[in-house]
Amino acid sequence: MGENMKLPLKPFRSRGGVKAPHRKHTWNNESVVMPPPSEVIICMSQHIGAPCTPVVKAGDEVKVGQTVGDSDAFMSVPMHSSVSGKVKRIETITMPNGSKVPAVRIESDGLMTPYEGIAPPEINSREDFIKAVRNSGVVGLGGAGFPVHVKLSVESDKVDTLIINAAECEPYITADNREALENSWGVISGIKSVMELMEIDRAIIGVEDNKPHAIKALREVCEAANRDMHGEVCVLPLKARYPQGAEKVLIKVCTNRVVPEDKLPADVGCVVMNIGSIAFVSSYLKTGMPLVTKRITVDGEAVKNPQNVIAPIGTKIKDIIEFCGGYKCEPEKLIFGGPMMGLALPDDEMPLLKQNNAILAFSKEEAARLEPSDCIRCGRCAAACPMGLTPPLISGYIAQRDVKGMTDSGIMVCMECGCCSFACPANRPIVQNMRVGKGMVRTAARKK
Amino acid sequence: MGNMLTVSSSPHLSSGATTKRIMLDVIISLVPASIAAVVFFGWKSLVLIAVCIVSCVALEYICRRVMKRKNTTGDLSAVVTGLLLALNLPSGINPLIAVFGCIVAIVVVKQMFGGIGNNFVNPAITARIVLLVSFPVHMTTWEKPFEWLRTADSVTGATPLAMMAQGDKTSYLDLFLGNTGGCIGETCVLALLLGGIYLVIRRVISPIIPLCFIGTVFVLSFLLGGDPLFHIMSGGVMLGAIFMATDYTTSPMNPLGKVIFGIGCGVITVLIRLYANLPEGVSFSIILMNILVPHIENLTRTKPFGKEKKNEKA
Repeated sequence: MGENMKLPLKPFRSRGGVKAPHRKHTWNNESVVMPPPSEVIICMSQHIGAPCTPVVKAGDEVKVGQTVGDSDAFMSVPMHSSVSGKVKRIETITMPNGSKVPAVRIESDGLMTPYEGIAPPEINSREDFIKAVRNSGVVGLGGAGFPVHVKLSVESDKVDTLIINAAECEPYITADNREALENSWGVISGIKSVMELMEIDRAIIGVEDNKPHAIKALREVCEAANRDMHGEVCVLPLKARYPQGAEKVLIKVCTNRVVPEDKLPADVGCVVMNIGSIAFVSSYLKTGMPLVTKRITVDGEAVKNPQNVIAPIGTKIKDIIEFCGGYKCEPEKLIFGGPMMGLALPDDEMPLLKQNNAILAFSKEEAARLEPSDCIRCGRCAAACPMGLTPPLISGYIAQRDVKGMTDSGIMVCMECGCCSFACPANRPIVQNMRVGKGMVRTAARKK
Repeated sequence: MGNMLTVSSSPHLSSGATTKRIMLDVIISLVPASIAAVVFFGWKSLVLIAVCIVSCVALEYICRRVMKRKNTTGDLSAVVTGLLLALNLPSGINPLIAVFGCIVAIVVVKQMFGGIGNNFVNPAITARIVLLVSFPVHMTTWEKPFEWLRTADSVTGATPLAMMAQGDKTSYLDLFLGNTGGCIGETCVLALLLGGIYLVIRRVISPIIPLCFIGTVFVLSFLLGGDPLFHIMSGGVMLGAIFMATDYTTSPMNPLGKVIFGIGCGVITVLIRLYANLPEGVSFSIILMNILVPHIENLTRTKPFGKEKKNEKA
């Protein structure tokens, strides 16, 4: 790389962003482990990439950690049962984005018997490690769901920096904060393993500065770790400005490197992993238990007891809300993830997915949005865009269905963080419109 | 859970900013200048302001109604236009002429081009220019400040810029406080600065355009042998730079564009003042730069994050 490989003392500059309200009500609530629900639905697509095919059939007995779905594709991870019990049926469920995928419905026997085949993986090489990471079923737990083993499958001399994403810039969500507070040693041991096995010399943990306790806890373990490890690790407090945790923004503020359009972090020498993912990798290396539970923040005015819950993957939202005391008032909107980028759900029957980090139940007041009015060209959207786009310009091309104009003005750089819509005083659906435009560009590319 | 959930595309939060609140902030920021107008030029100013605001709102309502579009008077933008136009008129003007100005601003410039956000020139400035060329005598008959207290008849005087042309200089203090002849809202520099500071603090406007505009007038008038302090405090520079040149719709969005726009306004203002037959050039400089905005925006477009150069050309 030929550049300064020292650890950064303060974050590098990033552009745009918005002052979203923090609303981290649950930051100080210890995570609660949820008892097994009566049934779970293990969805066969909980990641970016090829969906799995169920490898069990109705009537089969399964145990915790047993594989219930797998795929031959590289860009895919296996799915495991999160409870012990009996497979009720294989069905098709509709995902929040409208796609239909197979799912395995398992009736729990309430015993949570672990699968016999579970044993810590034997790791002698990098290949073993990457294979183990795939078998663990881990995906990017911050929300994107990018299979972790794919991130790690890069040439060893290409990557020099491991970035741990603990920015948690979305309002409400505190799951990463709890991970840092409750499992800081797990986080650091995961970082150590990845650094050693991937021969990476430095690691940077990016945390927004609205989480001083997490920063303190992580700094303590980093200090201890730096005494006896290969390479160096540090905690970098980031400005609490949404979207610091967006991958490209995080790489920029941690290393001052710009990921080119259509390129991946590895192309600028970085591997970015969510703090939850890295902590899970460490626990998997020790126990061999695949990813079957997930820590999520349950919040919103319509929830009785907002808290962080460690729930079996596949638990229905309904059951998780029930565990949190049920609804305090009629919910108006249910969101999978944070309020800035999360998906609104049509009902509470959806099962919990690996990459979910929050369930928000908004009351009528919380969900209220104003009617859109005409653009006054105030430029707040352009000023807020972390990617340096000019939304009013692109909106013009979208209205004209001008694919070349959209591409030239950078529409595909848009990561849909929603800062533009958030900032808009006319309440225009700017990012929503961008999604439509990106769809047009993709369709046009396919036709070529 | 008996009700239907709202399903919409993210984000599910908004900053709470609204067009109405922005316009309200502009109105608040113009309160000091409006008070100064009444103090210096009497109740006639208040009547003028009221006439302009009422006509602008009424005209906007009628236009939207006739065009079968949603009523937008609630966003308060018509109030801002009316108030700005009134502040750009001399105190003795016939209110009917002011109403004609409102028709130009709202009907012709704003609504015929699609309403808020779609006009390519500033409505109030354009109306002022139309009135200036249609009623040159009415638009340049200035009353002296405080004359309304002394006599029932209006006593006319000259603006500092006109007096300057005859070698007669107004004191800096009078200029700063607004104790001079001129349009009712442009004379009191103090009131206009207060309004400008409020707008910047409330983040309604970025200070780039006013600073570049006023800075350019200062530097260029000095270089060309004028009195820089006099030039920035006289005529419509403050009112124009702070309230008219910063109009969202007719100024560039990104910072570099704002710099070019502000400097352009300043250069044209000074050139008109020093070398043209007109004593004042603020209105013309702003409208000329308004027309150039699309080109400035094309030239100053920001580079998308991580976008390769070759793609830009393709």
